[in-house]
Amino acid sequence: MIKTIEVQAQKRPASNYLRAVFAITWKDLSAELRSRELLSSMLVFSLLVIMIFYFALELDVKARNGITAGALWVTFAFAGTLGLNRSMAVEKDRGCLDGLLLAPVDRSVIYFGKAISNLAFMLIVEAIVLPVYSVMYNVNLFNLGLIVVTLFGSVGYIAVGTLLAAMSVQTRTRDVLLPILLFPLVMPVLVAAVKASSGFLLGLDMSEIMPWLNILIVYDIIFIAVAFMVFDYVVEE
Amino acid sequence: MPPQPRVLKILNVLSAVLVLIAFLMAMFYAPLEKVMGEVQRVFYFHVATAWVGMLGFIAAAVVAVIYLRTQDMKWDVIGLAAVEISLVFFLIAIVLGSIWARPAWGTWWTWEPRLTTAAILEMIYLAYLLLRQGIDDPERRARFGAVYTLLGGLSVPLTFVSIRIFRTIHPVIIGEGGSQTMSMTGSMVVTMLFSIAVFSLVFITMFWHRIRLGQFADKIEQLKMKVTQ
Repeated sequence: MIKTIEVQAQKRPASNYLRAVFAITWKDLSAELRSRELLSSMLVFSLLVIMIFYFALELDVKARNGITAGALWVTFAFAGTLGLNRSMAVEKDRGCLDGLLLAPVDRSVIYFGKAISNLAFMLIVEAIVLPVYSVMYNVNLFNLGLIVVTLFGSVGYIAVGTLLAAMSVQTRTRDVLLPILLFPLVMPVLVAAVKASSGFLLGLDMSEIMPWLNILIVYDIIFIAVAFMVFDYVVEE
Repeated sequence: MPPQPRVLKILNVLSAVLVLIAFLMAMFYAPLEKVMGEVQRVFYFHVATAWVGMLGFIAAAVVAVIYLRTQDMKWDVIGLAAVEISLVFFLIAIVLGSIWARPAWGTWWTWEPRLTTAAILEMIYLAYLLLRQGIDDPERRARFGAVYTLLGGLSVPLTFVSIRIFRTIHPVIIGEGGSQTMSMTGSMVVTMLFSIAVFSLVFITMFWHRIRLGQFADKIEQLKMKVTQ
């Protein structure tokens, strides 16, 4: 028995960074596959927000085209905090985070593992919300540009969100704090994503959309890099 | 409790006197602006307070990096001081700007890039203070605070750029007839530069006081711990 563990340990060298990242991602995804508590709550919440939009803004045909992008991103942003909170709270409450910290790998592995699984949850929710929104409001959202923007926007949102969730989960106020910390920092993502999305939906010229895509890409790169550098300070005990 | 150093005492008096002089200059020395009238005089203090807010913002971001590198608690006290001063002075700048914008642009508030960025920055500072409030362990509080100010320091310039593009693509409804087209005479420039210099001095004085306050608070905390043990 001991021998097999040793052999396994040898087979999985701690230096293998990517494999450690995917191990954490895989742990989250398979846990979610069994419980489905995170995805289901994010999804139901998103659908409720979409319905509230209908009643709050009396979305008639004319108003719809103008605000579809805005409504979608508000939905994603709110549903996103729900998922981020939950995914970190689970780690903290059951003492998993301490276990992960004991693993002989670089700390940033934990960050990237969690970020990728959070991104996966967010993309799954978006992949379901977009068609549902299309059907409910009779707008065509099957647009390659929109999908690209959604991807870039989600990456930036999750990059900062995962880092801040790891922080907020260690405070007294916990889940209440995350949106307050997160929203002012992701303002550039939300502005750029909304403008780029509506640009694609309205069929604007690429030259008008490009600045927004550039901001999204710059934001993604900067914040992934910074999160990678400072994550150590966030989980240090 | 050590008394205030001599230099600080001098700074106290100097700041008070100079602010008074700057006020008098704005009121009497600077000429009446033709288009906007008396309300334009608020501009001198508006620019100066926004400048101090900016100084605090930069100081906070730099200090955050220094703290994360050194892990020395004294930088946490300095960082908090910078954030608080920046918070207060940006708030003053926004209020003064509003007072000026009402007659000049016909509205208290516009979604102009500088204004909006300042408002979002205020939100980041408030979030920062809430974050600190929720953490009991001083060392962790310092670390999280530094990480958050660092993130804020990176995202705020991007926010500014994105709102800027937002405005240039959109039609500008409220005319840009504000500060951009305001032609300033010599004595106006002198008044503006003077008040910026004065408020920089005020910034140094307040920064110093706030750091001292933070150090005393730390000391009291330690003494309390000693008593309860």
